[in-house]
Amino acid sequence: MKEEIGLSSTKMLSIENLTYAFEEKRPIFQKISMNVNEGEFVSVIGASGSGKSTLFKLITGLLEPDKGEIKINGENVGNRLGRVGYMPQQNLLLPWRTVLDNVALPLEIMKENSQKKIPEIREWLTRFGLADVEKAYPDELSGGMRQRVAFLRTIMTGKKLLLLDEPFGALDSLTKRNMHSWLLGLWGELQKTVLFITHDLEEAILLSDRIYLLGRESLKEIHVSLPRPRNPEIIYQSEFVTMRRELERLIQNEN
Amino acid sequence: MKIKWKKWQGDYGLFLLATILIVSGWEWVVKKGLIPAFILPSPSEIVASLIENRQLLLENHLPATLQEVLIGFGISLAGGLLIGIGMHFSRALEKVLYPFLVISQTIPMIAISPIFIMWFGYSIWSKIAVTILIAIFPIVVSTYDGLKAGGKEYRELLLTMGANRWTIFNKIQLPMALPSILSGLKMSVVYCVVGATIGEWLGASVGLGYFSRRMSGNLQADAVFAAIFLLSFMGIVLFLLISLIEKQLLKNINRN
Repeated sequence: MKEEIGLSSTKMLSIENLTYAFEEKRPIFQKISMNVNEGEFVSVIGASGSGKSTLFKLITGLLEPDKGEIKINGENVGNRLGRVGYMPQQNLLLPWRTVLDNVALPLEIMKENSQKKIPEIREWLTRFGLADVEKAYPDELSGGMRQRVAFLRTIMTGKKLLLLDEPFGALDSLTKRNMHSWLLGLWGELQKTVLFITHDLEEAILLSDRIYLLGRESLKEIHVSLPRPRNPEIIYQSEFVTMRRELERLIQNEN
Repeated sequence: MKIKWKKWQGDYGLFLLATILIVSGWEWVVKKGLIPAFILPSPSEIVASLIENRQLLLENHLPATLQEVLIGFGISLAGGLLIGIGMHFSRALEKVLYPFLVISQTIPMIAISPIFIMWFGYSIWSKIAVTILIAIFPIVVSTYDGLKAGGKEYRELLLTMGANRWTIFNKIQLPMALPSILSGLKMSVVYCVVGATIGEWLGASVGLGYFSRRMSGNLQADAVFAAIFLLSFMGIVLFLLISLIEKQLLKNINRN
């Protein structure tokens, strides 16, 4: 085995020969392999029903693979639950808890003294533009704000690897655009590793370092070589448009 | 103030109007002699009987029945929650207890009550036993179903945060089950009044059920109706009390 050196090549997540099937005859994944390096933003795109969410459930440990290995931070631990931060498709904020209490939920579950951490949570709330609504309940927030609260809750798990399952899927295009520039601006200082599910090609190219295209039978990898820090305006640049066209062609071939 | 009155009028105005019409019609029919008073006493006679027997009713019989209802409800509440939660956590317990619970509801209460008299004698406990047998069922079912309904997605989210079963129960399932549990409690508390009354009918020396039975033996329909009125009033007050608690508890849970 070759020893890998340097922060950028530390494997945060590596999946090898993963096979999984709900029914034995129709496997969703057949021997797929992928990895995510520390500090990377990687997207998974694929048509609905291609098993994106199932992939996430396997990584989080909610499901166990039939065959293959899932290593988090280089370790293949038996129970993966509680090892990565997971943000589901729906925001799943608890309606009876304030923004502050919702964000503090992972700390409570990890039996940390959440009272002691309140100054730290407040700092995060300010950074996320949520300081004014810390006492508000989820039903009093806009859709974009709710997603931000859910994202912050995922960050508060303290895990380095975050799995985000279509976090902006339910937002209108204007709000989505705002969330993109907000996230791109924040990305540098977040120091997290993200695996991101989406079916929005533009979003995938704009946010990611690499894209995995999850097809019927294969997994294709695409590098996005756009420099960081990025600005949402780059979607109008010819380089971006070319990339998008290329990606669309790949998806067409896939189906 | 004016707006409140308007709202109150909108909520209860029609009911009040209907009540006044029915009671007046009833009074008129009886006073006219269309129905003999020993079969259906007039409302005014019932009120007169209530006033006449007020000391006996309010100082002896009402407190006795209320005591049975409250003790029966307390035990049903504790037992019902415990069984409901136990069935939620243990598949085996659910498989054993659920059929028994359903069977317990198919037993005609009147038929089994004499057995309770045999076991517990004429003490307060024979009435409480009948009360519990009726009142525990809605609490168990509403607790168990409420806990089961508590969102699979939420459960999975908390699992990925490393939560154990108890934490999931505590942070998600119990709060989400509260609306269902409280509906069960509202039904249960009304059943408690029914249970205590049945218990008293079968053998007691005090209580509104006992009083109404004795009076019906004497063909004093007005006194029977007076006792029924008090029993129903008790049920309404208890129901409203639970509704009030419900409103407080669910203030934030019912957001969304």
